[in-house]
Amino acid sequence: MEIAYYPGCTLKTNAKEFEESTIEAFRKLGIELKELNKWYCCGTVYSLATDNLMYRLAAIRNLIKVKEEGYDKVVTLCSICYNTLKQANLMAQQDEEAMYKINSFMDEEPDYHGEVEVLHPLEILKGMEEKIKENVVNPLNKKYAVYYGCLLLRPKEVAIDEYENPSVMEKLVEMLGGSVVNFPFKNECCGAYNVVSDREAVVERCYRIVGNARKNGADAIVTSCPLCHFNLSEMQKEIKKTDFVGLPIYYFSQLMVEAFGGRKCKEK
Amino acid sequence: MQRKMKMVRIYIMGKEYRVPEGLTIMKAMEYAGYRYIRGAGCRAGFCGACATVYRKEGDYKLYADLACQTTVEDGMYLVQLPFTPANKAIYDLEKIKADDKTLVNFYPEIARCVSCNTCTKACPQELDVMDYIQASLRGDIAKAAELSFDCIQCGLCALRCPAEIVHYHVAQLARRLYGKYLAPKAKHLEKRVKEIEEGKFDAELKKMMKKSIEELRKMYNARDIEPEEEMPTESD
Amino acid sequence: MSLLAKVEELSGENLYACYQCGKCSAGCPMVDQMDLLPNQVILYVIRNDESVVEAKTPWICAQCYQCGTRCPRNVDITKIMEALRLIKLRKNIDYLKIGKVKKNLPQIAVVSATRKYTG
Repeated sequence: MEIAYYPGCTLKTNAKEFEESTIEAFRKLGIELKELNKWYCCGTVYSLATDNLMYRLAAIRNLIKVKEEGYDKVVTLCSICYNTLKQANLMAQQDEEAMYKINSFMDEEPDYHGEVEVLHPLEILKGMEEKIKENVVNPLNKKYAVYYGCLLLRPKEVAIDEYENPSVMEKLVEMLGGSVVNFPFKNECCGAYNVVSDREAVVERCYRIVGNARKNGADAIVTSCPLCHFNLSEMQKEIKKTDFVGLPIYYFSQLMVEAFGGRKCKEK
Repeated sequence: MQRKMKMVRIYIMGKEYRVPEGLTIMKAMEYAGYRYIRGAGCRAGFCGACATVYRKEGDYKLYADLACQTTVEDGMYLVQLPFTPANKAIYDLEKIKADDKTLVNFYPEIARCVSCNTCTKACPQELDVMDYIQASLRGDIAKAAELSFDCIQCGLCALRCPAEIVHYHVAQLARRLYGKYLAPKAKHLEKRVKEIEEGKFDAELKKMMKKSIEELRKMYNARDIEPEEEMPTESD
Repeated sequence: MSLLAKVEELSGENLYACYQCGKCSAGCPMVDQMDLLPNQVILYVIRNDESVVEAKTPWICAQCYQCGTRCPRNVDITKIMEALRLIKLRKNIDYLKIGKVKKNLPQIAVVSATRKYTG
């Protein structure tokens, strides 16, 4: 089965291993992720003002490209891209006046009204328990703290699971042979783009989240967002408190590759 | 009987003029009495000096094109040939790396691109400007260099960009990085240059320099010429 | 136009629905760095107190939607924070100076920060 794949800028630079491991893991499950021929930066964080249509152009243009290449579904790995594309798609399906303006402005592109479906790989994996279990040759034997971050679960309209108590990534880890450690920060924001303007705030968040996961017995943290990965791993180096001991951060697809007999996740 | 020249009505900075039809914007403004001391260059559509914006009567769109290549139409609203102010990042090509962050590091404003495509619509060379800026943002230097190859640096894209990016400077850095660090090197060229530096051809050159004009002429006419490609004729 | 009217227009939210329960502030992850709590911000806007526009709070908000999702009155404070940021950005007053962006940050961080903090 082939499905359109939208990478987003960071999957091609800082998070190359996320892309490679997901393509490899899905290939083992019989799904081929085919990268789009033409795609643009999605514009990241969805613009919330009632009149700010220009900042939503990028997401709509990408969905038009998906439609033009003949696909009706697109999968994206980056949480921020997923959130932006999905919210833009909802706007395209519900707000006729806004879409009239956007379609008129983008007169060089065909019209769009929300015909494409935006998916996250964890949603696709929900129905594939049997297939995943039969591919596990090397069960993970560690304790993992699963960290969703914020944008996969909020706002409610785009959540991939129950937004206060999600379980889809936990079930995946257990299917791969690992055990899950519950910790209260699993759906709390890492500080996101404040790493650019207010680095100290994000360092503080990293200390709280990683410290709490370790306190609850985790050997590693599993995440799905490149920005969370960057904030939680790189900012560990800037923590000055002496009682802090760090943890390695992995993408869920890297765990899948390890369990399916591929490359093992690097220790720290 | 001499045919009467057809005149068209244009407006330069708000004042109406009648100029012969068929003139380019540049020639029309000179016909009206303006003299260029800046903003004119090759007059052949290649140097990018005469980029201008204009509107047509009854049309809301803002057009952007080269003044030496665009013919005047009746009802055109023209302006002086504007110059786009732009800052160029300072870099030493010998010292920088060509990785996926270089372009964003030197020009962080490309992160502000909203994919509105105004730059592509403004480009007189019909380049995919938004595509090469997006390629630069994600660190694909080779693609940015390839797509921006025909850029004449006229500045119309930068003039109209709402995110205040200067596209042609980003593209120039991309092309420079590609040429220096990423383009495949011609090994036979390096070998030949080394041979010349080692003096392999010195004796032969000295011999040729001693020959007379007639001998050189004879040698020139008898030189190896690549066979010409057969051009198709009427009978083919 | 009063501050309240402007914020209501930009955000599309009904600020009068807030009954100051504080659930938003309780759930906000960035609250340690804020000078005004999210529920205090709403109160200031309702009272047309212009000093809220100069506060640090909208500029440390990470747009994580925690507040809006937990609000029992369905007031999306995320949109209100965006409205307060836009009031300044649309006057050409940027919060983030592009030249001061540190090098070698991932594209995702640079794009989202410039999107939220520059006009």
